[in-house]
Amino acid sequence: MEPSKRFDTRAARPIQRDSFIEEWPETGLRIFPGPADPRPSITIRGGRVVELDGKSEAEFDMLDRFIALRAIDPGVAEEAMSLAPLTLARMLVDINVPRPEIIRLFRGLTPARIVEIVALLNTVEMMMALQKMHARRTPYNQAHVTNRKENPALLAADAAEAVERGFAELETTVGVARYAPFNAMAILIGSQTGRGSALTQCAVEEALSLKLALAGLTTYAETLSVYGTEQAFRDGDDTPWSKSFLAAAYASRGIKVRFTSGTGSEALMGHSEGKSMLYLEARCLMAIRGGGSQGVQNGSISCIALPESLPDGVRGVLAENLIASLLDLELASGNDAMASHSEIRKSAKLMLQFLPGTDFIFSGYSSMPREDNLFGGGNFDTLDIDDYNVLQRDMRVDGGVRPVAREQVMAVRRRAAEAVQAVFRHLGFPEIGDAEVDAAVAALSSADMPQRDVVADLAAAERFLSSGGNSIDIIRALAATGYREIAEKILEVQKLRVSGDFLQTSAVVLPGAQVVSAINDPNDYAGPGTGYRLDGERWREICAIPQAPDPRTIGAGGGAASPILTPLLEAAVSSDAADLVIAVGPAFGAALQSTILGLGHREVLDALLSGIEAEGLRPRIVKIRASSDCGQIGYSGAQLSGSGISIGLQSKGTTVITRRGLPPLNNLELFPQAPNLTLDSYRAIGRNAARYAKSEPVLPVPTQIDNMARLRYIVPTTILHLKETAEVVPSGKPLEMQVVK
Amino acid sequence: MTQYPLSEKLAGELRTPSGRRFDSITLDAVLSGGVTRDDLRVTPEALRLQAEIARNAGRPQLAGNLLRAAELATVPEEFILTVYEALRPGRTTRERLLDVAAELESRYNAPLCAALVREASGS
Repeated sequence: MEPSKRFDTRAARPIQRDSFIEEWPETGLRIFPGPADPRPSITIRGGRVVELDGKSEAEFDMLDRFIALRAIDPGVAEEAMSLAPLTLARMLVDINVPRPEIIRLFRGLTPARIVEIVALLNTVEMMMALQKMHARRTPYNQAHVTNRKENPALLAADAAEAVERGFAELETTVGVARYAPFNAMAILIGSQTGRGSALTQCAVEEALSLKLALAGLTTYAETLSVYGTEQAFRDGDDTPWSKSFLAAAYASRGIKVRFTSGTGSEALMGHSEGKSMLYLEARCLMAIRGGGSQGVQNGSISCIALPESLPDGVRGVLAENLIASLLDLELASGNDAMASHSEIRKSAKLMLQFLPGTDFIFSGYSSMPREDNLFGGGNFDTLDIDDYNVLQRDMRVDGGVRPVAREQVMAVRRRAAEAVQAVFRHLGFPEIGDAEVDAAVAALSSADMPQRDVVADLAAAERFLSSGGNSIDIIRALAATGYREIAEKILEVQKLRVSGDFLQTSAVVLPGAQVVSAINDPNDYAGPGTGYRLDGERWREICAIPQAPDPRTIGAGGGAASPILTPLLEAAVSSDAADLVIAVGPAFGAALQSTILGLGHREVLDALLSGIEAEGLRPRIVKIRASSDCGQIGYSGAQLSGSGISIGLQSKGTTVITRRGLPPLNNLELFPQAPNLTLDSYRAIGRNAARYAKSEPVLPVPTQIDNMARLRYIVPTTILHLKETAEVVPSGKPLEMQVVK
Repeated sequence: MTQYPLSEKLAGELRTPSGRRFDSITLDAVLSGGVTRDDLRVTPEALRLQAEIARNAGRPQLAGNLLRAAELATVPEEFILTVYEALRPGRTTRERLLDVAAELESRYNAPLCAALVREASGS
């Protein structure tokens, strides 16, 4: 093989660790279409669906039968199925066709027709459609809160931080199932500390999940998984009817439910029947609507790396998100499980949900470092949160997260960890020590946490649940130990269960126990000027990232100090051949007193002076007042210089060596990247200028080339230049200056 | 949807399963023992109102789920888990499912849930 260092270097890049394969359609390893996908068709007789996507009633499998009975509206089926797929596809991106009309028509379509329509859209068209079709107007976000040690203080601190950062739902799970009551309790307490108000859940096996919800330790569930073929469904140990019944059971206790589905699961389980991933997902989503769920989390979820290994995979995942919205389901759009090793690829994929908006952009943003994520998640984690805040601000997009100050985060982390400590003590659970609380507040991950007595914890957790322990006990314990405000907030959310308000589509509970759903905040997007617009208080909040200071404060402080130069007289043209002018900008040594790198103007001058004097020339300092431009400053100095040589020096440190006779934008040497200039460089610049004056051969001062300098310094450059320009006196004559001792 | 959210618009009329007024659920009432776990549950009446809201918003399947939930609101947890278990694949016979449906209907006055179970049995 021909050697190539470029190929060798690329081979080590993160993208090479992702898996990619060619399609294998017969096994379901294809996004769309599959060799066994049916042709769309429907027959309605006597108000019943008697034929569906090429199968007669007698040939229906379990899912066909469920979909025919419960998911298709026979009243609109004939009208909707008679429309050309391309007509319907165009309606999706037509701002003149309102969302309700599309929802109405899609009630009558079969799974095969729905995928046929969606597949006609390219990625951008799908994003346009999703912008119009997601159910709730305002986008929010769900966070994962877990850790490997299942430490309750850390769970509570992370939950509190997640809510403070704007997450509207928190999901925890367990490594050891018996920890579930404690984990649920910890995030319940954390979620209502500080800003408060979020729904919480603990993903465990169905019966235990229901128990936790009945005890008030959780307020929603989303573990109801659905599959697109009968065999995969049975392997998941459920049927569409058992899942529907479970949905009603949760709702009967005032608990929100969201189902789970996603492309790739059937192929992974070996039961795709040669059908495409997207067609099978359409069947899942129809079954979910038929089962009466208000919503779904999809977008491949834990299988994400499988569609992403195939051509068209990321678009396919967007397509399944879109289908969920076309069926009027709440959409929590994935982005949770690890999807790629490549930061470029992960971020690019995220944009497909982030830009159009969904009900929950993430089905689980990891609120702790990914090594603590027990869902196999952490595609984006707490260490990426500043990047995420910047993306919202860059694109003026509401991604459901808010920038918060460090002090604010640390305060709620401490309050939550201490509250859990107090509740554990009050209810007689194994002690959480003060050092453990301190560790939870400051931790990067559970690696920073002490080992707890797992056996004692598990015994206490089991005892709590089996003896009928519930949220009332927690509320009372909090109130009794000085955490009344947390007790109040937990009660406010629990109270909402009485009303059933958060059972409506796309419901979230916001601070102040305010319920917002697709009922009172319906997506009304109908083109520019409609739908969700990021404005007002929320936009100001997103703009105010902690790392963005008021530009007026940059470079401040120099103005307060007294000037380092005093004027002597108006500068005259010198006839002394040893005279060399150092021409400085109008703010130099006065309104500004250091360069962009923080070198003091006095030190810079000293360096230049010593360089010049070492070559036996007589430097003269002149302040140029009529311009702040480096070229003009140097040019003006050269007109006054006895030797004809001048050094032009802007306050931010940019320097030029020029000679009388050269036009303003030409020069002998230019040092445009002030950040790379050290005092040694200035000494060398002084020396070279003097050698030019003596007409000696000169080796130009070496300069570093740094492509990142402009990126890092363009903002301070601009601001320092604005300040220098503010000092310009257009009619001001050059002044000869003396250094103040 | 003028009455949504019920917790705001109907706060004076909503009742808990024990008949307590919704707006009388306060922390002090919890601390004095006046409010118990059973008060923090949804009632069949509230679920039926939510079903109507969902139906009016064009979501008949969600409305149907909320009506089934209204039937289950007063059904004990153990029986709910029994029904769920019976519905899971390969757990029981068609006859047993029909018995479960009959019990839902006669004992718990839950005809919509009974219909779902019968449908699952293939009848």
